[in-house]
Amino acid sequence: MEFISQHPVLVVSLVKIAALLFIVMTALAYITWLERKVIAHIQSRRGPYYVGAHGLLQPLADGLKFMFKEDVTPPVSDRLVYTLAPILALSLALTAIALIPFGPPSVQVLGQPVFIVSNVDIGLLFLFAITSIGVYGVALAGWSSNSKYPLMGGLRSSAQMISYEVSLTISVVGVLLLAGTLNFNGIIESQRGYWLHFIPRWHLIPQIVGFLCYLTAAVAETNRIPFDLPEAETELVAGFHTEYSSFKFAMFFMAEYANMVTVSCLAAILFLGGWLSPFPDSWKWQLYLPGAGLLALGAYCAWDTAVNMKRIARLQLGVVTVLAVGGGLLCILIPGAPEVIQGPFWFTSKILAILFFYIWMRGTLPRFRYDQLMSFGWKLLLPVSLANLVVTALVIVWPLLVRHG
Amino acid sequence: MSLPFLVFFACALLAVVGAVRLILAREPIHSALALILLMISLAVLYLLLGAPFIAAVQILVYAGAIMVLFVFVIMVLNAGVEERTDFSKIAKYAGLPLAFFLLLWIAHWLAHAPAGSAIATGAGAPTVAFSTVELSEQLFRPYLFPFEATSILILIAILGALVLARKEE
Amino acid sequence: MSVPVSYYLVLSAVLFGLGVVAFVFKRNVITIFMAIELMLNAVNLAFVAFARAYNQLDGLVFVFFVIVVAAAEAAVGLAIVITLARNRESLNVERVNLLKF
Repeated sequence: MEFISQHPVLVVSLVKIAALLFIVMTALAYITWLERKVIAHIQSRRGPYYVGAHGLLQPLADGLKFMFKEDVTPPVSDRLVYTLAPILALSLALTAIALIPFGPPSVQVLGQPVFIVSNVDIGLLFLFAITSIGVYGVALAGWSSNSKYPLMGGLRSSAQMISYEVSLTISVVGVLLLAGTLNFNGIIESQRGYWLHFIPRWHLIPQIVGFLCYLTAAVAETNRIPFDLPEAETELVAGFHTEYSSFKFAMFFMAEYANMVTVSCLAAILFLGGWLSPFPDSWKWQLYLPGAGLLALGAYCAWDTAVNMKRIARLQLGVVTVLAVGGGLLCILIPGAPEVIQGPFWFTSKILAILFFYIWMRGTLPRFRYDQLMSFGWKLLLPVSLANLVVTALVIVWPLLVRHG
Repeated sequence: MSLPFLVFFACALLAVVGAVRLILAREPIHSALALILLMISLAVLYLLLGAPFIAAVQILVYAGAIMVLFVFVIMVLNAGVEERTDFSKIAKYAGLPLAFFLLLWIAHWLAHAPAGSAIATGAGAPTVAFSTVELSEQLFRPYLFPFEATSILILIAILGALVLARKEE
Repeated sequence: MSVPVSYYLVLSAVLFGLGVVAFVFKRNVITIFMAIELMLNAVNLAFVAFARAYNQLDGLVFVFFVIVVAAAEAAVGLAIVITLARNRESLNVERVNLLKF
């Protein structure tokens, strides 16, 4: 016990890292479930519904499959690089998530903020630095596979990633000019307040062009449709991860979804106000929103349990109902819990909204051809981001220019 | 051994291992990976010296863009050939001991600098990191002309690279 | 007690020396280029160490410019390497000897 009180930073950091890792891995698994369900419903079918109630145990089944599948290693040119590539991809993707603040720094345990794993003064710059090394995972995977399709897929994918990285970084500088700091908490704090008492002062409204540029560049950066030619099945077999099987392929898979989550978190922080709520703080009923949401989910699951035919599905849904109702009651009844849960609740809803938008795009749009993709990135997106930056800088500096002129 | 010393020796060891691997590797792709390891360990050393902005710029530009360019060129040119390095005898038997002696002399001179000199003691007071705001003030006020000149330099480099690497039609 | 600045300078000297050794003894053009980048990195470390020793920002500004110039030089140099590989069909620096007397 004295150890905990003497080294509060170390103990709290370790607990936070373990909790974040566990939550992020589970969330990645269930984002795959969400994607399959949403795309299925867009395409007028049902998606996974057999393995567990509503297909909720499908990620577990997929994980078991990946663990028990045979690990086929083709005659690669370089075993070190072949094994290093997926490790690099996944570890960098997970490291980027550690910089994100999930809630206000005022919620503290033992003097350390609970919802923020690391609060770096130049957090945004470090995040972009980590993303820029992530290109190596793709390039080295394609190279070491010793085969034509992965090599081309790897080269094309990494060329696409570094091209759109420039537009990604420039479209964010407008937000930095408005916020005045690279620190994530500082950027979120600069979005407090309301225009006309009810429109939140998020950077979405003054920087709408920047937001659209950022979203497009982010979709291209994470190799999602409509920019996923380098890993499309009809074009290049499976792109740079053709020759990988079982657990290494699972690592690439998880790295792609972790990149998606990171980019959505960044969009939420930079443009959508992070963990701030869209309603004014004086509307006190919003404190009970998370609890009410969980209770509604519990009620739906209870109805589903009663209606469902299969006994195993009933058991699973019963467990989910109990968890949801219990969680909802905890959120409402424990004193101080509603204020604490506000930050993560709004942050998670914004991330889920952007992820839904990503998955919606995947189910709806066709993909770009590679030369169209590259010319779009260099000839359209980069000039638009630069124009956005120049106009933002002019608008900010205009009072000074007018005064001296 | 306090924590700064531990971190310094770990990163210094990684940097020297990376440099030696660059020399001894048979394939250029391994040399490139060793150089990336060296750059990242140098970035950690910059953090230890209190320059977080330069550390981030090192990873973002050097390890994340320049080395990607190197790796691309190695892949495209398929430079997987082994190299025969025939060391000349003079270099091996006279050069290496002389280099070692020079290094010892430099280290001796640095370590026994007169007391009170900034180099020998380093920062006695707790180090305050250089702030990004101060650095940008320096870049945009006194050093504005070199800043703009480097942007023109990069434009010239882009044009030069485009012209040189274009296929002959 | 923080690490004395002379330690960083010794490390910078070692890395620079290793860069020179790689530059002199390697035969592949791309590896020679990487040795140049290694030397530039060693010099950057020395600059940042001196900036910390005298507590001035000018060292950091110089490091910034060194990184930018290294980027421009790498781009042009690698374009030259590609042209070389296309014309001489080899990346061995001993084959590029047309101007040798």
